[in-house]
Amino acid sequence: MDEIQKNLLEQVAGLHEMPEGAYNIRANGKSVERSTTAHIDIVTKTDKQGIDIVIKPGTKNESVHIPVVLSQSGLTEMVYNDFYVGDDCDVTIIAGCGIHNSGDADSKHDGIHSFYIGKNSHVKYVEKHYGSGDGKGERIMNPETVVDLGENSFMEMETVQIKGVDSTKRSTSAKLADGAKLIVTEKLMTHGNQTAETSFKVDLDGKGSSANIISRSVARDNSVQLFLSKINGNNRCAGHSECDGIIMDNAKISAVPEITANHLDAELIHEAAIGKIAGDQIIKLMTLGLTEAEAEAQIVNGFLK
Amino acid sequence: MLELQNLSFQVSDDSKGAKEIIRDLNLTFEDHTFIAITGPNGGGKSTLAKLIMGIEQPTSGKILFNGTDITNMSITERAKQGISFAFQQPVRFKGIKVKDLITLAAGNQVKLPNVCDYLSKVGLCARDYINRDVDASLSGGELKRIEIASIIARNTPLSVFDEPEAGIDLWSFNNLIKVFEEMHENSENSLIIISHQERILNIADEIVVLAGGTVQARGRREDILPELLKGTEGCRFYHEA
Repeated sequence: MDEIQKNLLEQVAGLHEMPEGAYNIRANGKSVERSTTAHIDIVTKTDKQGIDIVIKPGTKNESVHIPVVLSQSGLTEMVYNDFYVGDDCDVTIIAGCGIHNSGDADSKHDGIHSFYIGKNSHVKYVEKHYGSGDGKGERIMNPETVVDLGENSFMEMETVQIKGVDSTKRSTSAKLADGAKLIVTEKLMTHGNQTAETSFKVDLDGKGSSANIISRSVARDNSVQLFLSKINGNNRCAGHSECDGIIMDNAKISAVPEITANHLDAELIHEAAIGKIAGDQIIKLMTLGLTEAEAEAQIVNGFLK
Repeated sequence: MLELQNLSFQVSDDSKGAKEIIRDLNLTFEDHTFIAITGPNGGGKSTLAKLIMGIEQPTSGKILFNGTDITNMSITERAKQGISFAFQQPVRFKGIKVKDLITLAAGNQVKLPNVCDYLSKVGLCARDYINRDVDASLSGGELKRIEIASIIARNTPLSVFDEPEAGIDLWSFNNLIKVFEEMHENSENSLIIISHQERILNIADEIVVLAGGTVQARGRREDILPELLKGTEGCRFYHEA
């Protein structure tokens, strides 16, 4: 891997060197490094681009890194990664995509990640997106996440897209069985003329299932964001979604929540708040000696931390 | 030394035209003094505090701080000159931790044990608070104490407190009195405290009574307080307003 690719890798996966545990690193459309463990296998798909990650039942405290980096301008790819997590596991999965585009052609990574999570398993899934390079070609990422949560399983999903991605359409859908729990935290910042659309569809099918979708976003310059969330309560369940957005400059944010209770004991809540940075927050930090610009940066960084 | 010279502040009121909140006010605050500003609601106390910090700009008049004209300085510049301001209703932030706020207040060189000391001074167990967000999860009283801790951490020559007692429970109030006494005794810094509380007025060196946007009375605590305590009905300072 070259320096640009190494830098992307550090940005999206925090990796300076090869990680411990299982990993698969994909660079410019090819798998360049791979490691498996006694409990986690990674197999290349034969019918399409992508890999199967198979985690044996009972696997605890192990991690899988599957970062993707693109530094070749004009490269477009569509990748399917399927995760089969057995029963009674406790694992961390770190994905992420970095695109460096210094050319004039668009670079695009579309990925579909499907999770099949077994009973009583806990999965922490972290996904970071990052773009760099000063070419006219756009950096485009369209991640799709499909989650099937088994009985009493728990998935924590953290997604972060802070810099450099010109256009993104992120879609996440989940189905939850009895007692399953899903927590999603999304951090998003757009600038320039970027557009970002993020949509969630959660089916709370199981008795006692619960979902909490928390999105925090900042839109600056002329960027445009759309947040869509649909939660269907199909059983005794609890669902909560929250969209908190800060707009700056000429940016626009729309939040379109939808909650549907199809069961008498479904408890569903949606909260959304969009607005500019509160003036008294800036004033407070200025009374501590920060300039207006420093105060603004502090508030935005804190909000997205 | 802080000097307010011929200070006026007007706001436009749609129905009545311009309304004068502060009227041609002249006040001088010497160094190392503890001054309480009191007076009826709507008398201009909070506005005066905001004019000192630069949150509001006077319509006319001058503000001098240690001889420097700060009238046209921004809030940031005044903060750097050594003025601190504690909000009557402290601001909440999503994502800024108590530790971050105190660190910003103290200057970035501060060490964690010092942050904990500042919180202890306002009666908060640091361990329970440093990693909490300064957001809606904190009660009004907790927030107020953190606000006061941030002023202690700044340790500037002049600190202005806008009704520090508002929203504070009785136990905290006793501690608050101690905090102000300590701030006054242990440093050369000056305190200006806007307050309605007798117990705060009772520890001040001087009391200024502000009503109708002007100074109705000013003097040593021993001279002013007994008159105020006769009750607002009989108080000549309030009647003159």
